[in-house]
Amino acid sequence: MARITLDNLKHSYSANPVSMDDYALKEIDLDWTDGGAYALLGPSGCGKSTLLNIISGLLNPTSGRVMFDGEDVTALPPDKRNIAQVFQFPVIYDTMTVYDNLAFPLRNRGVEREQIDNRVHEIATMLELTDSLSTRASHLTPDNKQKISMGRGLVRDDVNVIMFDEPLTVIDPELKWKLRSKLKELHQSIASTMIYVTHDQTEALTFADQVVVMQEGEIVQIGTPIELFERPLHTFVGHFIGSPGMNILPAEMVNGSVRFLDHPVELEGPIKDSKGSLEIGIRPEYVRIGTKGIPAVIRKVADIGRRTVIEACVNDILVNAITEKVPPETGQEVHLEFEPNQTRLYADSWIATEVGAQ
Amino acid sequence: MRTVNQRGWLFVLPVLLLVAFNALVPLMTVVNYSVQETFGNNQFFWVGLRWFEEILQSERFHAALGRQMLFTVTILIIEIPLGVAIALAMPRRGFWVPVCLVLMSLPLLIPWNVVGAMWNIFTLPDIGLLGYTLNNVLGIDYNMTQDPFAAWITVIVMDVWHWTSLVVLLSYAGLISIPEAYYQAAKIDGASNWSVFRHIQLPKMKRVLTIAVLLRFMDSFNIYTEPFVLTGGGPGNSTTLLSIDLVKVALGQFDLGPAAAMSLIYFAITLAVSWLFYTLMTRDDR
Repeated sequence: MARITLDNLKHSYSANPVSMDDYALKEIDLDWTDGGAYALLGPSGCGKSTLLNIISGLLNPTSGRVMFDGEDVTALPPDKRNIAQVFQFPVIYDTMTVYDNLAFPLRNRGVEREQIDNRVHEIATMLELTDSLSTRASHLTPDNKQKISMGRGLVRDDVNVIMFDEPLTVIDPELKWKLRSKLKELHQSIASTMIYVTHDQTEALTFADQVVVMQEGEIVQIGTPIELFERPLHTFVGHFIGSPGMNILPAEMVNGSVRFLDHPVELEGPIKDSKGSLEIGIRPEYVRIGTKGIPAVIRKVADIGRRTVIEACVNDILVNAITEKVPPETGQEVHLEFEPNQTRLYADSWIATEVGAQ
Repeated sequence: MRTVNQRGWLFVLPVLLLVAFNALVPLMTVVNYSVQETFGNNQFFWVGLRWFEEILQSERFHAALGRQMLFTVTILIIEIPLGVAIALAMPRRGFWVPVCLVLMSLPLLIPWNVVGAMWNIFTLPDIGLLGYTLNNVLGIDYNMTQDPFAAWITVIVMDVWHWTSLVVLLSYAGLISIPEAYYQAAKIDGASNWSVFRHIQLPKMKRVLTIAVLLRFMDSFNIYTEPFVLTGGGPGNSTTLLSIDLVKVALGQFDLGPAAAMSLIYFAITLAVSWLFYTLMTRDDR
């Protein structure tokens, strides 16, 4: 178990990177405390797997350092870094039984037979694989194969960090839910540092204490799930997290007050910087439908269970709202109100308001 | 209720006709010859299983079969591990991949009789590059037209040169289909190179290796052209493999009956051994 520090990390897949666009990772500085549960969240191709492979040593960064507990491990190969990693698709050794698969990482490191036996049984019980310990791994279903893959990642208790690269992609939804809570439970019991890469916000938010949101090779925000939801620092985070994501609306500055299509909008607090192109960000959860405010026409109503997602049009601009009350009907003319303390201004995509005194 | 559309058979018909004319009809002709004695003027006499009995007891057949077995076993023992080793050493990506693939394919693209002729000239003691070098530069006494041992070595080296590429290409195809994650996981699990080969590469190559072994067994067991052109079965009878002997009986002596019986025995052995290989190598899949 270790503290992980990434210092000025850059990586490019081309041999001679010229411009910043040639970099898959642009400049990463991170400090992860020992024993934390972290998630790397971002769309496909944002560089999160690259970052993970640099931490595990499968990839050498173009520049920068990786440190475990302050010790520089950038030049060490994966087996010398004392880490475990679970991959997106099941990796199992076809020739071995489930037991041998789970014991493999321990045997390669010369752990005593008795200790191996204990660990394997412990992990098998946790993943509900005890009944199939003596079957050949190649005969199992994809679900169970991925469980073995995860088991091999979890079987060693002396690792610096356990990393998961979208491990639940191939798992059925029901089991997914179960394994996810298992992992969370496991993290609490063994308290080792865990890094979880995913593009699924639910997975990231349920697993991690701290979520790192990435976009195009850069970190856009690091925060707890609540921070990311409540106060996105970048429009990308607002848009990417939440379902549907934050409404990002065009804004103008007229005589020191902010307007959305000529309707004045009250913000959460004072504006610290209003240069560049301005946008208003408001989550659908905080858009109220009533009789006063900005006039709009209801375009679509979608019932998602206990709540209703409403698409409303203000002139031609779409605004999403979520309500638990009786929804209006399609075509109805309504008024939208934005909750001021949840309404933020973004300048060139970065947050431009400060939290006001409430 | 499922309705069965019998018109599907029409699609199979062309293949059935083709197989009938190029395999079934000739095979039945051979069966027909194998139970008869022939004389000139197309006279045939029924002899029952006499040819089969004679051939199975003939020392000449036993000797040819023994040589054939020795040849096939030797080239399998050399070509399969060598092919796998070369495939493992080949680059997986980059500029050298197509270069290696083309180099490997070259021997397979050369017509079989040309292979024989090439090696024949190559090994001539007076003007052949190999024969001359061995005799006059290195001082090793080498003449494969006189020395049976030299002839054997030459036939085997020629076959290894000609056919190892097939094993290489098949193994290579198996190797590059292994996802990168397997190697990454093995690295993180601390697996040794031998473990990676034993538990990842070999199992993933198993299916293509089954095919490679089967093809190499059948082809080498039926080999004719190259050794015929290279040594003509000599010196003496030392490199007279089964097919060369068969042609001598059929076309040299024009003993159609015994030759037909010999073909069928030959065919049965090939079939039985192939089945055995296949069963053994795919046993674990079920």
